[in-house]
Amino acid sequence: MFPAPFDYYRAHSVDDAVQALARFGDDARILAGGQSLIPAMRFRLARPSVLVDINAIDELAYVRESDGHLAVGAGTRDFALETAPLIAQRYLLLADTSALVADPVVRQMGTVVGSLCHNDPAGDWPVTALAARAQVSIRTPGGATRTVAIDDFVVDSYTTAVGTGEMAVEVRFPTPGTRTSGSYQKIERKVGDFAAEKLLAGAKPSKDLIRAAMREAEKIADPSPDNRGSVEYKKAMAGVLVGRAIAGALERLGVGGLK
Amino acid sequence: MATTTDDLPARHSLGKSMKRKEDPRFIRGKGRYLDDIVLPHMLYLALVHSPYPHARIKSIDKSKALALPGVKAVITGEDLDAAKLEWLPTFHGYDKQMVLAFGKALYQYQEVAGVVATSREIASDGAELVEVEYEPLDPLVTPFQAREDKIILRDDRESKTNHIYHWEVGDKAKAEGELDGSAVRIKERILSPRCHPAPLEPCGVLADMNKATGRLTVYMTSQAPHVHRTAFSLVTGIPEDKIHVISPDVGGGFGNKVPVYPGYVVATVASVIIGVPVKWVESRTENLTTTGFARDYHMDVEIGATKEGKVTALKVSTVADHGAFDAAADPRKYPAGMFGIVTGSYDFPTAFAEVDAYFTNKAPGGIAYRCSFRVTEASFAIERGMDILARKLDMDPVELRRRNFIKKEQFPYPSPLGFVYDSGDYEATTQKALDIIGYDELRKEQAEKRKSGELMGIGVSTFTEIVGAGPGKHFDILGIKMFDSAEIRIHPTGSGIVRAGTRHQGQGHETTWAQIVAEELGLDPQELLVEEGDTDTAPYGLGTYASRSTPVAGGALALAARRIREKGKKIAAHLLEASENDVEWKDYKFNLKGVPGKSVTMKEVAFAAYTNPPPDSEPGLEATYYYDPPNLTFPNGSYIAVVDVDRETGAVIVRRFLAVDDCGVVINPMIVEGQIHGGLTEGFAMAFMQEIAFDESGNNLNTNFTEYLVPTALETPHWETANTVTPSPHHPIGAKGVGESPNVGSPQAFVNAVMDALAPLGITHIDMPLTREKVWRAIRDAEAKVS
Amino acid sequence: MASHEFRTDRVEVAFTVNGKPVGLAVDPRATLLDTLRDELGLTGTKKGCDHGQCGACTVHVNGRRVNSCLSFAATHEGAAIDTIEGLGTPDNLHPMQRAFVELDGYQCGYCTPGQIMSAVALLAEPCGESDAEVAECMSGNVCRCGAYQNIVAAIQSVRKENAT
Repeated sequence: MFPAPFDYYRAHSVDDAVQALARFGDDARILAGGQSLIPAMRFRLARPSVLVDINAIDELAYVRESDGHLAVGAGTRDFALETAPLIAQRYLLLADTSALVADPVVRQMGTVVGSLCHNDPAGDWPVTALAARAQVSIRTPGGATRTVAIDDFVVDSYTTAVGTGEMAVEVRFPTPGTRTSGSYQKIERKVGDFAAEKLLAGAKPSKDLIRAAMREAEKIADPSPDNRGSVEYKKAMAGVLVGRAIAGALERLGVGGLK
Repeated sequence: MATTTDDLPARHSLGKSMKRKEDPRFIRGKGRYLDDIVLPHMLYLALVHSPYPHARIKSIDKSKALALPGVKAVITGEDLDAAKLEWLPTFHGYDKQMVLAFGKALYQYQEVAGVVATSREIASDGAELVEVEYEPLDPLVTPFQAREDKIILRDDRESKTNHIYHWEVGDKAKAEGELDGSAVRIKERILSPRCHPAPLEPCGVLADMNKATGRLTVYMTSQAPHVHRTAFSLVTGIPEDKIHVISPDVGGGFGNKVPVYPGYVVATVASVIIGVPVKWVESRTENLTTTGFARDYHMDVEIGATKEGKVTALKVSTVADHGAFDAAADPRKYPAGMFGIVTGSYDFPTAFAEVDAYFTNKAPGGIAYRCSFRVTEASFAIERGMDILARKLDMDPVELRRRNFIKKEQFPYPSPLGFVYDSGDYEATTQKALDIIGYDELRKEQAEKRKSGELMGIGVSTFTEIVGAGPGKHFDILGIKMFDSAEIRIHPTGSGIVRAGTRHQGQGHETTWAQIVAEELGLDPQELLVEEGDTDTAPYGLGTYASRSTPVAGGALALAARRIREKGKKIAAHLLEASENDVEWKDYKFNLKGVPGKSVTMKEVAFAAYTNPPPDSEPGLEATYYYDPPNLTFPNGSYIAVVDVDRETGAVIVRRFLAVDDCGVVINPMIVEGQIHGGLTEGFAMAFMQEIAFDESGNNLNTNFTEYLVPTALETPHWETANTVTPSPHHPIGAKGVGESPNVGSPQAFVNAVMDALAPLGITHIDMPLTREKVWRAIRDAEAKVS
Repeated sequence: MASHEFRTDRVEVAFTVNGKPVGLAVDPRATLLDTLRDELGLTGTKKGCDHGQCGACTVHVNGRRVNSCLSFAATHEGAAIDTIEGLGTPDNLHPMQRAFVELDGYQCGYCTPGQIMSAVALLAEPCGESDAEVAECMSGNVCRCGAYQNIVAAIQSVRKENAT
């Protein structure tokens, strides 16, 4: 299938993009990596009238650490997190996640912020951003920037706090403390599947605590049934994966033997 | 009789891992596949599909689509019906298939209309503008629902039932009697689920009607271009000499590119009407939802045995889901194909098999996905059945098999279901597999692991395949006997051109056909150009599927080459100034008997054929052979899978997989190895992920590659391979065919291994694909029973 | 259609393909894949699923491997695009092409251009050393003929060659 016809605007700066969004109104969508949007357009599930392409905005592609957080620009592709030494050393949760998004070819083009804005419930980045208590910076039509905690950013499946004429420009992940760790686990029935479940670890490790966390995860998990499994299976796997994620995170802190 | 390749005499060209002659173009992106072909002023076809599995079509409004600039035509079933082109014959001749839904749509995604436009994009836009009004009807989603005949699917048929046919073979009363009298008896319902070959290149056509000459050129993704030419002639009424079918490079077929699909017909009709070329290439979704599904056999398997593990009888009753039209690619006399191979490698004194097929609201198909007709289903049934029997007898599954193998001295072996197996040494093939994998050690390791609750499993499959359809007296497509053909022309300088009625799709015929001919003639295989797929030049053949190319066309090639040798001998005698009786073909040249060093090569003979032929003889050096094989061939193999199952998630890790194959004489070990890797990967896929499933309303749940899971490099296990060689006694070069063995033989090895891992939990059978969830559920339910 | 005043039938885009500058006015919805195949006649890049699920259309964009079916041509202003046609010559194949021949890394040939382009890009990525890690790195490229084992072996042989 081919996408339905649309108009195209190549933005050269964030201001340019935001002005274009203002000009085209409701039916305009930002095109970043396009790895989720373009398939949706090809199935004609998404039919934006205008695409504002931000791929030419070079200054949006960055990964910077400052003031207790890691800032990732809206032009930053998944592979950049997968390959940055800084990430591999200090942001283990992000490193795990970036290496599990879709497949390695898709990761060359797909962006972290784009994935957050798409907010597929099965996507990897929204899950990790929630776990890491990330914040998202949004440029408003007036040119101001507002920052939203991830809990407020994620409104519902495929819905975020980014309003009409606005554009998400950056996501910030808090820098983990030395006694904090993370681990991202995913049931992959096959590479390219979207994430099934997740969770992040806390402190005071014990087998009982892990078991309690697993039971809790099973209880609170609210998955949708699909080809990767029924609700029942996914809830059970939420528990198993939480157990493994906590044990994995603890192992990274040097606390072993809890698997 | 079984030997290893090492023991065979040194050969000229056979048995050598010659590099593929396709290499230079394929690794540089210079292959020429269907969608790479562009003709001037070409139009594009897009199809409109039914969103409903079963619905009355109340009206179709083309006006908006026709108003779109760039749209040249909109074609509906009504239009085709007016032109008497609405029905398409299916290959075995029992049924016919609608080209475009007419009156009723009978499956979700069924083709309802076609839009022809100046670009792919406009055709897509136009298809969206065709307004179809449907009245949804209750669907038949399973053959068991269909069997009740509460809803009758096909208004067009006189007989008001969804039952398509009953087929049976063997002695029912005797088999049932023996089963009743057996000391030990098992019965299990085993499903071979609906799946799809999904070659990476989708199906497509580029039809080009030249109104000046009246000649129709059809480029198509075809595994059987000659049969397709005949089919096109029968459907359209265009004389066969006015149709030219070209099957260019084909990006994988696996059976998907054997049938004729509605898209081909609509594009061709559009080209005939408009007089310009029209291209249709299916999308991945169209591929998975409308063209060529495979399997969908629900098999009740019963085996009887003595307490000592000697099998006494087999009975298999199958309910088959054929979808909305019976387009199963089976020979006319064999509506259930070669399902009679279901007795496998075992010496059953008596057996009975029956198949009842039903229409349902699903896409038509039943194609032979990387197997001879229905052999994958049959092989899965018997190999699962033997494992279940071994469990019941508390006997090692290898030991049970060995007690029942057909012995090598029993060949040619007449099976109770009517086939005569050509050759095999199952014991030797199996012993080799056990030795390589270290079977006894693995069993010890498993016993240790079981003590600590770890789920490790070892699964075997000692299968027998049946390929090379086949003897024309039994097998046909559209009534055409399933022979195949070869034509060889040797040029004056000793190079040549070789043409065959087959069409490869990755099997490397350009290389292996040259090797067969070079072996027979002592010529350089690099100097033999192989051509297939063009009906104007290649001799008529039935095509490439069902592992038939080497058993049938391979025989034709060898025998055509021997005809060249016969003529060459006369020329050699002339050159050696000797009587023909004094000349013999030895060491790949013509020798004067008893005079060492006095010889001429085929190259010298070729030159003489054009420059100095014997007086009163016909100049030139070429031959044609149409080969109707006297029997099928019966490749076999012994496969062993070793798996570990994650108790918590149901995930299966395939730790090791060994395939020991016996496909008779090997033409090119490198290419055979590639074929085995490929078949095993597809067998693995069937066992663990590939399934076309439907929800209760008949909606297809696997319409693209994120829903229809195919293996990538990541999931695919590491394959270990070995072989034994038991030549086919009736094949001109002793070859049996291999493309499908690994696909036919492997799914049951995986499933047997997982069931073996789960044996301590009392789990006997889980239907494919063994997804994590299914395995997890079985474990959970079993554990709940225990506690 | 949209109510806005702006209407782009064609978008100007300039990039290089296999080192040669190309300037085109493309339909905004033309993918890089269709543009390469239909506009530029470079049919070596293949279409297997058209939804980024198979990798047959893998090309390089500024040296990185990308599913050309999942990006619009218009996006690639100023980019350096490389396709299978730009890799090696008949007399001097790229080492990866040689390795695919040597180790029989394909059968029907349809996924092969994508596999080779993906494999070449992988050489510059921080992929782990083991066969399993290479297999993971190649998991975006489907081969229905199941030549994975030989594809991984071909990549490993080139990596070994490069390391010495």
